[in-house]
Amino acid sequence: MLRPVATFLHGRNAFYVSLLLLPPLLWLGTVYLASLFALLTQSFYAIDEFTARIVPEFTLKTYGQLFTQPANVDIVLRTVFMAVAVTAAAAVVAFPLANYMARHAGPKMKALCYVGVMLPMWTSYLVKVYAWRLILAKQGIASWAMTSLGLGGALDTLLATPVVGGPSLASSYIGMFIVFVYMWLPFMILPLAAALERVPGSLLQASADLGARPGQTFRNVVLPLALPGLAAGSVFTFSLTLGDYIIPSVVGAPGYFIGMMVYQQQGTAGNMPLAAAFSVVPIVLIAVYLALAKRLGAFDAL
Amino acid sequence: MRSRRDWSRASLGQRLAAAAGLVFLHAPVWVIVLYAFTTEDRTYQFPPPGLTLHWFEVAFARSDMWAAMRLSLLVALAATALALVLGTLAAFALARREFAGKESITLLFVLPIALPGIITGLALLAGMRTIGLEPGFWTIVAGHATFCLVIVYNNVVARLRRMPASWVEASMDLGADGFQTFRYVLLPQVASALLAGGMLAFALSFDEIIVTLFTAGHQQTLPIWFYGELFRPRERPITNVVAVVVILVTLVPILLAYYLTRTDEKGDT
Repeated sequence: MLRPVATFLHGRNAFYVSLLLLPPLLWLGTVYLASLFALLTQSFYAIDEFTARIVPEFTLKTYGQLFTQPANVDIVLRTVFMAVAVTAAAAVVAFPLANYMARHAGPKMKALCYVGVMLPMWTSYLVKVYAWRLILAKQGIASWAMTSLGLGGALDTLLATPVVGGPSLASSYIGMFIVFVYMWLPFMILPLAAALERVPGSLLQASADLGARPGQTFRNVVLPLALPGLAAGSVFTFSLTLGDYIIPSVVGAPGYFIGMMVYQQQGTAGNMPLAAAFSVVPIVLIAVYLALAKRLGAFDAL
Repeated sequence: MRSRRDWSRASLGQRLAAAAGLVFLHAPVWVIVLYAFTTEDRTYQFPPPGLTLHWFEVAFARSDMWAAMRLSLLVALAATALALVLGTLAAFALARREFAGKESITLLFVLPIALPGIITGLALLAGMRTIGLEPGFWTIVAGHATFCLVIVYNNVVARLRRMPASWVEASMDLGADGFQTFRYVLLPQVASALLAGGMLAFALSFDEIIVTLFTAGHQQTLPIWFYGELFRPRERPITNVVAVVVILVTLVPILLAYYLTRTDEKGDT
């Protein structure tokens, strides 16, 4: 029954392609794009202060609120700062493992490393966040390990530091930062390893033959060639941190992040326009970031 | 000369750093498994004072946990089925053709993964409210299918791109019609990619919370149930046990997916 249809379609390329594309495009168009459009529309509405109802008229009032109220500006800055810090730390922590996987490990070891990175990456997100809450809790493993190593004093000093500290690691920005880095680390390791794998060994030999020390080779040869991989990985770490609201609510200090604000405003606060305006911030930031990353060639490494 | 050796073979420091990275990635998962057996039910005391299987019994007796588990499995199955159909169609259409507007269409097919989940979630909620749709089972499925189709699409597209174009030509030259070529050449090639994509989509859906919290209404999927438990410290031992169950349920499809894509890559090169 299908055969005449297939024969008919073969050779009618444009028709065939549009027939294939129609269902998925229809789906993404109606479910996804239309929803994004609804979201954008909401952000240009505002809430009536007396009735607490949404007034469906075009206004920039909600964006005004977002960018003029110091509390809201703080939330945006705090989130962006965290995203940048997490991205930088993830790049540093990812490098040794990515480098080993890409250039030093034998075929068997390499396969093992890839599984080793992918398994935790695909392990339940919530379970990992919960695990960190256990680890960072007051009597948890982190403080047990620090105390057993005789570093209990250092931990106390760290927690006593204003801003980043807190009553325990599980309720401080430093704890939240560790969890973010952990959660997105595989997303940095994999593209970085892919980029490093493409660095030709002959270039490193040439660099060494020309008298460069390992440090110089790293700075002048490896790093520039690894940049697309770093950029690709950083797109993930940056974007994922900007939008997350589970981690700051499970592990972390009382300060709000964009994601938490979005969730709270649409829910208990009932201010959909403000939630929508807040969610537009990551979209814009990511668009800018993607444009930058594209110029660095990030997408060749994906 | 020293430097040349440094770049070709890993020094002890490099090996240790790589091993430390792997331990860092895996340790938290093992911690959860260990805590599921602890006898201490009030604090997060480490090391655990004793080990017991008692909490598994307690957790498995909870009917609300089973209800949430059942909903999550159904949602994941429905979302995976939808994603397989839509993602495969898109992959076949876009894998090896160039046409006007292709780049924007390709962008559209990665957008649900590229943008943070919270945006997808809030957008779906805004859309639902605009047309007056009540949240429920199918709104959860719709949200999940939207990002799951990206996973399937990516898997199948990657496979189709690796397949030499000459195979299709050869099949046609040997007299196969379009359907035979699809049935005997294309389908066997993408079958394992489809299976792998489906497995990953299933695992992703089963575990999803960021989008689901917006689209679920009063429905409780397992991650939503789990999230609620996090803020109820008295139920901690049960939370630990369910965490282990969730790890196992997602681990199996992921390992299968890995195995399926790996053996194919071997065959390719």
